[in-house]
Amino acid sequence: MTISPTVAVPAASTDHLASVDALIQGLADVGYIASKRIATALYMSVHLQKPILVEGSAGVGKTELALSTATLLGLPLIRMQCYEGLDESKALYEWKYGKQLLYTQILKDRMGEQLSDAKDMDAAMERLHGMGDLFFSEPFLEPRPLMKALREDNGCVLLIDEIDKSDEAFEAFLLEVLSAYQVSIPELGVMVAKTPPLVFLTSNNVRDLGDALKRRCLHLHIPLPDAALERRIVASRVPDIEATLAAQLVDFVQSLRTLDLRKSPSISETVDWARALILLNASSLDGEVVRDTLNVLLKFEQDIAAVEPQIVELIRRPVG
Amino acid sequence: MQDAMEDFFRALRAADVKVSPAEAIDAHRTVATVGFSDRELFKDALCATLAKTADEVVRFDDVFDTFFARDALTPAQPPPDHGDGDPMEGLPPEAAESELTRMIMQGDATGLAQAMEEAAERAQVSQIRLTTQRSRMSRRLLEEMGLAEIEAIISAARRLEGGGDAADRLEAGKRRLAAEATRYVERQHDLYASGSGKLLREELLARKALNAEGGIDPIDQAMMQALVRKMAKRLADRYSRRRNRARKGHMDIRKTLRKSMPYGGMPFEILWKTEKIDKPSIVCICDVSKSVAAAAQFLLSFLYSLNEVVDRLEAYAFSGRLISVNDILDDEHVDQAIFQVLRKIGFQQTDYGKSLEDFCENHLDHVDRHTTVIFLGDGRSNYADPRMDLMATIHKRARSVIWLNPEPESYWSQGDSVMHRYERFCHVAKTCNTLGQLERIIEDVLRTYVPH
Repeated sequence: MTISPTVAVPAASTDHLASVDALIQGLADVGYIASKRIATALYMSVHLQKPILVEGSAGVGKTELALSTATLLGLPLIRMQCYEGLDESKALYEWKYGKQLLYTQILKDRMGEQLSDAKDMDAAMERLHGMGDLFFSEPFLEPRPLMKALREDNGCVLLIDEIDKSDEAFEAFLLEVLSAYQVSIPELGVMVAKTPPLVFLTSNNVRDLGDALKRRCLHLHIPLPDAALERRIVASRVPDIEATLAAQLVDFVQSLRTLDLRKSPSISETVDWARALILLNASSLDGEVVRDTLNVLLKFEQDIAAVEPQIVELIRRPVG
Repeated sequence: MQDAMEDFFRALRAADVKVSPAEAIDAHRTVATVGFSDRELFKDALCATLAKTADEVVRFDDVFDTFFARDALTPAQPPPDHGDGDPMEGLPPEAAESELTRMIMQGDATGLAQAMEEAAERAQVSQIRLTTQRSRMSRRLLEEMGLAEIEAIISAARRLEGGGDAADRLEAGKRRLAAEATRYVERQHDLYASGSGKLLREELLARKALNAEGGIDPIDQAMMQALVRKMAKRLADRYSRRRNRARKGHMDIRKTLRKSMPYGGMPFEILWKTEKIDKPSIVCICDVSKSVAAAAQFLLSFLYSLNEVVDRLEAYAFSGRLISVNDILDDEHVDQAIFQVLRKIGFQQTDYGKSLEDFCENHLDHVDRHTTVIFLGDGRSNYADPRMDLMATIHKRARSVIWLNPEPESYWSQGDSVMHRYERFCHVAKTCNTLGQLERIIEDVLRTYVPH
């Protein structure tokens, strides 16, 4: 491995990376409440310079972690959303075909002048080879997210979102980028990043990722939070909320998660719900408010139908 | 620490957490970065480097706790109750030479633990593979520690005048040491070998005939379920890989020229040849009648797992009549789903003709030239009309028809089996009565017959 020992980050933010506790504190300051495991994984990823693969169900804060880290470290965030059919011309680079064609037009116009005084064909060819070949050169390169990330000289946070939605071929293509922080462009050669970016990959487990990719990454699974952690998250994200309401609401959501639902509410739903309740000026949970706002929390008709008759009971039931 | 880490990796591998050499290197770098003063940090950091799925995280936690708890687990040897005299008193003179005797008599727990670790290294206790090796291993461990020496001293002490008391104490110490050694070996077994027994059982299960007398042991049921699921997932992974074909990178001249018209023939916008992605579909028809009762449960659980992983699977079950079981498979948990299907339609008289008729009447539109039709059944039609014409229709419409029969080929067309007649309308007809076979066949099938 020929990677320089540390990710270059602005000097002010290095003290955030001094220890795991400092990292937790730093993330909390930018509004991300991280568990110890999350912070440790992030800490290791910075120090070992490995990408970090974040798994967990939808809405537990996978993408948010990358965003917050970028804010914390003061680095630009480059985001690449994956989907089926994503390929290197959208992820890495593309030639500016239009400009290339214009260039050939100009070339054609100029060619006559340039070659007019050549006495025969051989001399003309000689002269032609002598001209610089700009057709495949950096000015005609249209960088896409991955290349942009590698070209950031001061480092950046690269978020490859929902890698599981991309094709396997693309996953294989990523391996070079992730392990050596370089890309090969057939026409130009290998481009190596001056400063390796801090890479986050997120996955929803739509399909199993290949071992080769996993091996190159640190793995972090973000579970649904326990009640105490979730209360802190709600308090941090929705500062206006009263403590009693927050506690009530978190308890309700926690007990919803014990039910057998098609899609359990995750953190983002809890936060959305808290915001909705603030908008409605609710001071405490009661059956009617919950019934009216249940669609913020549950995203399937069957789930809503299953929960509705139990609302009153769920509100009363203390958790644990 | 290097050795301890190597042992830890081995323990992890035994627990089915994959640790490659590259990850081992990462782990060492991790340790170098975080150190091991903070146990929690050490654990979390290692976990991030080594465990790569949610399952592996759970297993990692278990192994970590067992592995690094072992020093704490060794209970201190109770110091022998001896008053203030010399603990070695009453023993023969050669006892003074024996380090082990001294440690036992003085109750030097740390020394003993260390001696045991060293002896374990020499006896290669961590190479333990099978449950049955345990007693031999503890014996060897004690021998390495110097059991023979202790026994010689005990018998010498008994011969001495007034040495009986000291001999008794040493004897008790020896027994404690033996118990300790057994516990130690037990832990090593848990760490390094508990997984291999399970693997062995899984291997046997994969080879067990599914329609064997009595079917599958209830005890193995859960394991089989997991095995089937793993298998279906593996197949589906490979299968879905096939359907995503990247475009080939050829320029589409025709489209490009057409697009260039507005620019006076200047091809500003280049268009590429794309390939249509052809998602395959599977129709699976499963016999759950009396004659295949033992295999039915297995076939259904396979169907269930396949349904979980393949996007476009139409599942049908039949014995006398045929019904679609998609909804049941979608909505219910696996045990419940199998039970419900069997209750609804299972264990009746088979009637292949009637069932095919049902299928063609109601569901034939699911079969087109992209569809692979898989029959799971024994082809025993109770002498009723097998309706070859309908089978021919399906054969003509479908891309391929595959028949998997739990009976061996020599039974086909004996008695009421019309398997050989159906076989004519199948692209593949194979015997399949173990999990291993099923996996192999389905894999072949997917490789050869799935549309590209």
